Amino acid sequence: MKHYLLSIYQPDGTPPPPEFLDPIMQKVNALMDEMKGAGAWVFGGGLFGPETATVVRATGNDVLMTDGPYIEGKEHVGGFTVVRAPDLDAALGWARKFAMIIAPLAIEVRPFQHGDGMES
Amino acid sequence: MTGRPAAADVERIFREEYGRAVAVLIRAFGDIDLAEDAVQDAFTVALARWPATGVPPGPAGWIITTARNRAIDRLRREATRGERHAEAIRLLSRDEAPEEDAVGDDRLRLIFTCCHPALVGPAQVALTLRLLGGLTTAEIARAFLVAEPTLAQRLVRAKAKIRDAAIPYRVPDAGELPQRLRAVLAVVYLIFNEGYSASGGDRLVREDLCAEAIRLARMLAELMPGDPEAKGLLALLLLSDSRRAARVDGAGDIVPLAEQDRALWDQDLIAEGQALMRQCLRINRPGPYQIQAAIQAVHADARTYAGTDWAQILQLYDQLLMVAPGPFVALNRAVALAEVRGPLPALQEVERLHLPQYHLYHAIRADLLRRLGRIDEAVAACDAAIATAGNAAERRFLERRRQELRS
Repeated sequence: MKHYLLSIYQPDGTPPPPEFLDPIMQKVNALMDEMKGAGAWVFGGGLFGPETATVVRATGNDVLMTDGPYIEGKEHVGGFTVVRAPDLDAALGWARKFAMIIAPLAIEVRPFQHGDGMES
Repeated sequence: MTGRPAAADVERIFREEYGRAVAVLIRAFGDIDLAEDAVQDAFTVALARWPATGVPPGPAGWIITTARNRAIDRLRREATRGERHAEAIRLLSRDEAPEEDAVGDDRLRLIFTCCHPALVGPAQVALTLRLLGGLTTAEIARAFLVAEPTLAQRLVRAKAKIRDAAIPYRVPDAGELPQRLRAVLAVVYLIFNEGYSASGGDRLVREDLCAEAIRLARMLAELMPGDPEAKGLLALLLLSDSRRAARVDGAGDIVPLAEQDRALWDQDLIAEGQALMRQCLRINRPGPYQIQAAIQAVHADARTYAGTDWAQILQLYDQLLMVAPGPFVALNRAVALAEVRGPLPALQEVERLHLPQYHLYHAIRADLLRRLGRIDEAVAACDAAIATAGNAAERRFLERRRQELRS
């Protein structure tokens, strides 16, 4: 089995109001339950906004920390899910279900270098 | 079999059997590069051996068996990691000759992998020509007018993505199949079109690409007998290709449909295309390729240009616009419209389209303007067509038309 990272990209700025988001989150949670039931869900969750990010970078013996996201853009990763799947089509199948719920937000699917066990 | 095959025989068998052998080896080893290298090794052995020994009965099976042994040898040599060695041993103990059905399925699996939507379009085309057609990187680069290193990199990247992202080697299940098959047919159609009307270079037609596209379409029609669009695509390609000898004169200049010597049309290809169309009609699930093939079949039926059933062609274009709307279909429809209702309504349709980069848009506009006696505008449109034409033969044709406008 392989592992895939499903990253959800969303636009910067104020998120939509709860009356818009709540029904969507209910469907997302139902999908997570479906993934868990199928043995596909590994880990994941929603993230606070990019303004809460801190970037750490070492140069020589100095470690520099900066407030804010690594890349400033119009969009950021709002959350992610790691799934276990036999191949890309199976991972894309989960991504497709996810994308239908959170349309028009985009999901990027990327394979992990290692499969089960998640060794280095 | 004469027993003394020339290199040309090996070349022919290579063209026919390469994709089959690579597809079987990929299933056996799960490694595209290994499969390609092994099959190429096997053909090198064949080229050295067959002139002396003669072509063995069942050359495809011979190539596959030889390639498999080569691949196992290679895995053993490179077996620094225990698992690879174990894999080679496991494969050694398998039975040898693959079943025909399984082989067919392997080629089908492979083309669905090559045309997977997770791969960018040009990579799909390059992979299909490379793995199923056995074209070299240099040949594909030449055919699509890209630098060889660019194309080589495109192939390396696509193969790495297939491996790393685990793009499956599988015919999609029924739910996904229609959409995925459309992508496969589109790749084959694109290969044919590039061959039929080259987007660059000196010549109008690249026969090698046309032949490869027809080979692939034939394979799809055989392996997916229940799908009318696969049959429709093959019919479309055969009917279009039937006019090849008449489309270009001895000097390599374009001969338009109206002026073609219809005695040069290949009646065998026409008959095969029409037989496929009859099968499609029985299935009765029309789609874009079947409708385009039906349009070509109407042309093939006409003994003269004047005798063409343009009303039927116009009706088919109307149908095509319903299932596959787009400016290119609308432009072709306008040509039929001009024959049925005259150049003015056709020109009005054309001018509603916006295809400034497409030479045929300007060329068709120029012709309609000429027929309306609006010569200055026709010359300007002809100039725009010349400026956007891709290959030298098309430019020469348009320049001749431009001269005729002024005479």
